[in-house]
Amino acid sequence: MTIDWAHFTPWPSLAGGALIGFAAAMLLLLSGRVAGISGIVGGLLRPQRGDVAWRLAFVGGLLAAPAALALLGQGHAPRIDAGFGTLVVAGLLVGAGTSYGSGCTSGHGVCGLSRLSVRSLVATLAFMAAGMATVFVARHLS
Amino acid sequence: MNALFSFAAGLVFGAGLILSGMTDPGKVIGFLDVAGNWDPSLAFVMGGAILVGFFAFRGAGRRGRTFLGGALHLPNRRDIDARLVGGSVVFGIGWGLAGFCPGPALVSFASGVDQAAVFVAAMLAGMAAYALAERLR
Repeated sequence: MTIDWAHFTPWPSLAGGALIGFAAAMLLLLSGRVAGISGIVGGLLRPQRGDVAWRLAFVGGLLAAPAALALLGQGHAPRIDAGFGTLVVAGLLVGAGTSYGSGCTSGHGVCGLSRLSVRSLVATLAFMAAGMATVFVARHLS
Repeated sequence: MNALFSFAAGLVFGAGLILSGMTDPGKVIGFLDVAGNWDPSLAFVMGGAILVGFFAFRGAGRRGRTFLGGALHLPNRRDIDARLVGGSVVFGIGWGLAGFCPGPALVSFASGVDQAAVFVAAMLAGMAAYALAERLR
């Protein structure tokens, strides 16, 4: 293992992470909800009366974020290697997996660990290990 | 009012994802590639988020209510079952394949990244398949 110093961004990542934690705190302390993206979106696919508006509003805010940051002159340039087929398979796995596992990086990884939930710790270790194994196979064995 | 706060939270959340670098799948895969040229940034993102989140959840737990007096909707399950672990493993495989998880994928979709649109469509299909399977159970 070597450290990728060219791409490692400790301070912006720490600050951006703190902002994510602050957003989760806002949703929790103002709306009483847990900021788990897969759960919020998944709930819209099984809508229940009185439980839709806050979900739509949160997703709306998420979708408005790039435009808001662009106004401040902050862009982002993603590096994406995956082709069409890989994106489709990956999307299906992420959609189904987060539904069966009741959460993703935000719900289990950020909010769950913040709550010291053992269930979320197990989920986080499982998806981290699976992600690392997948990248190992894709990058170093094929 | 509640919807307005939720919108603001989503906006700040998305801004945090962009500023932290997590909307770049190359950075996510760089973190997952522990055997190669490792980019530890994602650990700093989670560290920053959990540091703030820990105090928020502790404060909310002590208050028992939101600042507006509303109810807290917290998960109450504690069981660790095959669905939790199996689902998380399946999610992790998809995450490692493309470098997208749900939040960053939605943000990238909104900033006009074509690949993110493909990923989000497939992700919604995966979630819809689950919702259908649950209804048929």
